[in-house]
Amino acid sequence: MNTMNSMHVWIAIGLTAVGCYLVKLLGLLVPAGALERPLVQRLSALLPVALLAALTAQQTFATGAELALDARAAGLAAAALALVLRAPFLVVVGAAVIVTAGARALGW
Amino acid sequence: MAEQTAPPVIRDDGPRAKPDAAVVRDALGVGIAVGLSGFAFGVTSAGAGLTLLQTCVLSLLVFTGASQFALVGALAAGGNPFTAAAGAFFLGTRNAFYGLRLSQLLALPKAVRPLAAHWVIDETTAVALAQPSRRAARLGFTLTGLTLYVLWNLTTFLGALGAEAIGDTAAWGLDAAGPAVFLALLAPMLKSATERATAGIAVLLGLGLLPVLPAGVPVLAAALAAPLVLWFQGRRIPPAAREKAPR
Repeated sequence: MNTMNSMHVWIAIGLTAVGCYLVKLLGLLVPAGALERPLVQRLSALLPVALLAALTAQQTFATGAELALDARAAGLAAAALALVLRAPFLVVVGAAVIVTAGARALGW
Repeated sequence: MAEQTAPPVIRDDGPRAKPDAAVVRDALGVGIAVGLSGFAFGVTSAGAGLTLLQTCVLSLLVFTGASQFALVGALAAGGNPFTAAAGAFFLGTRNAFYGLRLSQLLALPKAVRPLAAHWVIDETTAVALAQPSRRAARLGFTLTGLTLYVLWNLTTFLGALGAEAIGDTAAWGLDAAGPAVFLALLAPMLKSATERATAGIAVLLGLGLLPVLPAGVPVLAAALAAPLVLWFQGRRIPPAAREKAPR
């Protein structure tokens, strides 16, 4: 396990906790209609798509700042297959973990 | 997930009232399945180098899975706390739109809203929106929230303890849990060419900028795929036609 600057981690945790709570509360408190503009709605639907796609790719095909093709790619392919087969959430994650471990044991 | 559904029609409990037991089944099914995936978060977070306390505080106070995975991933990759938190925050903004739908559906008293807000996430919204009446929606929201909150925090704790016990989490393939969770959340969102184009561009930006920008920044740059695709669509379709086009 790598070591991290503990104060940096706590700052990140604090900012994330406050920010994420406030956006949740915002939705419950603002009058209906305030966020209902079509452009805002469509952007809010697409933003998670972009972020999740980029995060999936980075955490599969990169180590730090360098691109890498390793056992995780096989694990993600297994997860994708499980999703196509409409497997439950835990099976999808489990398939990725087991196939990644297997591929790594085979020396990938 | 639920962002593009039509505003829910709110009915009183009438002839279509749903038995409480059926709502409880819905809520527990989702709550237990997703709550257990806290193991994956606990393991990932500990494997990324966060302490047991830091990991547990994240699940207790942030309580929105994708943001938590994104934060520990960004910190593990060497991102500074501000870019790491920004990525997690932008992922969490979708919860504001869930809250908007829920506030009409649940009609919560003002005093309860600050408490209920903490449970406004993908899964509670999905269960609440699927219910036929306000009473069922309130029951579904509360029970899903409670089950998920208890299990997610318990399994986070156990996962982080387990990761410390087994040491090298990568040897067990556990570093693949994070991206698999993201993929599982992403898959149902890829409904049309718009979403697929956004995802494709985001992948290219996220990977392409990785070697040239500081850690944590490429994922924020990749988020620009969303306005980019919308802007491009707006140029291709004249506004009048867009009004009539089905979404």
